Amino acid sequence: MSQKTGTPLNILVLVKHVPDVQFERHLLPNGHRLDRQDSVLSELDEYAIEAALALAESRGGEKGGNHVTALTMGPAGAANAVKKSLQMGASAGVHISDAALEGSDAGATSLVLATAIKHLGGFDVVLTGMASTDAETSLVPAQLAERLGLAQLTNLSAVELDDANIITATRMGEDGAQTLSAPLPVLISVTDQANEPRYPNFRGILAAKKKKITTLSLAELGIEASTVGTAGSGTRVLDAAPHEPRSAGEIITDSGQAGLALVDFLADAKLI
Amino acid sequence: MLKILVYIHAPAQTPTKGQRELLALAASLGEAAVVLGDNADDAARAGLHGAGATAFYGAVTPEQLRGELIAPAVSLLVAAVRAAGADAVLLPNTMEGREIAARAAVRLDSGVITDAVAVDQELNVTKSVLAGSYTVRARITRGPALITLKANSVQPAEAQDSGAQVPPVQTLELGESGPAARITATAPHIASGRPELSEARFVVAGGRGVDGDFGPVEDLADALGAAVGASRAATDAGWIDHSAQVGQTGVTVSPQLYISAGISGAIQQKAGMQSAKYIVAINKDPDAPIFEIADLGIIGDLASVLPQAAAEIRRRQG
Repeated sequence: MSQKTGTPLNILVLVKHVPDVQFERHLLPNGHRLDRQDSVLSELDEYAIEAALALAESRGGEKGGNHVTALTMGPAGAANAVKKSLQMGASAGVHISDAALEGSDAGATSLVLATAIKHLGGFDVVLTGMASTDAETSLVPAQLAERLGLAQLTNLSAVELDDANIITATRMGEDGAQTLSAPLPVLISVTDQANEPRYPNFRGILAAKKKKITTLSLAELGIEASTVGTAGSGTRVLDAAPHEPRSAGEIITDSGQAGLALVDFLADAKLI
Repeated sequence: MLKILVYIHAPAQTPTKGQRELLALAASLGEAAVVLGDNADDAARAGLHGAGATAFYGAVTPEQLRGELIAPAVSLLVAAVRAAGADAVLLPNTMEGREIAARAAVRLDSGVITDAVAVDQELNVTKSVLAGSYTVRARITRGPALITLKANSVQPAEAQDSGAQVPPVQTLELGESGPAARITATAPHIASGRPELSEARFVVAGGRGVDGDFGPVEDLADALGAAVGASRAATDAGWIDHSAQVGQTGVTVSPQLYISAGISGAIQQKAGMQSAKYIVAINKDPDAPIFEIADLGIIGDLASVLPQAAAEIRRRQG
């Protein structure tokens, strides 16, 4: 990695521990909470970690004084998301853990994360994935920009930082491909088009064991329990019902006429 | 009567289907007023009025909305909520719609619910979660309700020529909207002449099985007047633009008809399309998981099935 000029960067990357999307996921009957067993680092967060590491490396990496901190909030197991970030190359980890956080919606979550980011302080870049793969609302990145008073550069498919600390980025918006520009500090979220996340290598896995994960409680952040969790959330789930799984219909093997059968099916369904 | 605001990101000469769906839902809940995310000339406002808009709010400086990302639109929406005394705001469930709603919820200290497919008179919202495996009803417990509506969820309002006087735009000051990224250039999507993927009634999608050639997929799509979609395998291979990707990290669609060609149907793909009313799958592999959710499954080669179907549709339509 070539060393470039420019000041060292202090980067915060947000990560989340979520149920593996490869398996069936369930809501628990009591309180409609997500069953969080068999959780992994949200796949979309790997792109954020990669983007954070690439930005740090563009300024000479850890040796050049750059710092990447991985932050998560969640129950005890959530620290595993931070561990994986450390194995990929983040320098330090922070885990916000408190029983009162259970049931927090996007608004309450962004309140806690923004408070922690201010508490830790001094970040040039706050980086997230495009969405978590559990709730998939994609609300938290924009809410963090709002709460932290940072320029929002979200859903980026390409990010560059020049020596004058100006970010230039590409976003596939509703109106087309937008080119964005903003000076640091910024809030960035990246899509799965932004990069190819690295795998933790053996050295990375060993090095991660020596890296520190700091735990923070709500009291340490000065957050009232009533402003987070179910009580502090501006939304409430009334009820939840599992979908009737779709069942397979007719299956035919093409013997030269299947295209016509397809059209008959569309006609019978009154689609054409 | 509830006061409902509808956020129209890009007013056009005729309102889009998605915009007419938002207006139809708003009108079913109460009095529908529109917040204009950009300039709207007389024709554009007449179109929105004909589809149910009874009032318009816009920015004194609409160029600000075009020059900076999201933050000015949030200021406009918050100003409109206050000016109208709105009970709820309906926005499109797009990247922009979600982000504007997300930040407005912080400024208004209210809640936001995304991916809505229905909203009742008490503003209870129905949505699917966990890739369509559960239906959840939820509500916003404080402040004006901010709701982003999935396309194809409600019957769109008919765009009628109202004949009546089109209401004027009440312009609002955006004030200091805070730090924002500058939009220095926009390269518009290349118009394909096909329907917008997220709003389309019919979608024909291709995956790994098209093996580099989207011709048969596009041909059937054009015979049906459908949008073209793709699996991540196909977009990652560079066979088609990433904007066509249907699935967890792409576009989520819920069309009347989804024709899946050469797509195995991995869980991430299914997450983006399994709320389609009818699913037809064509795949060479009889064990492809897509067949588990298809109303009609065809084990066969898409390169012969799709052109035959396209020709037959054209023949029947004369």
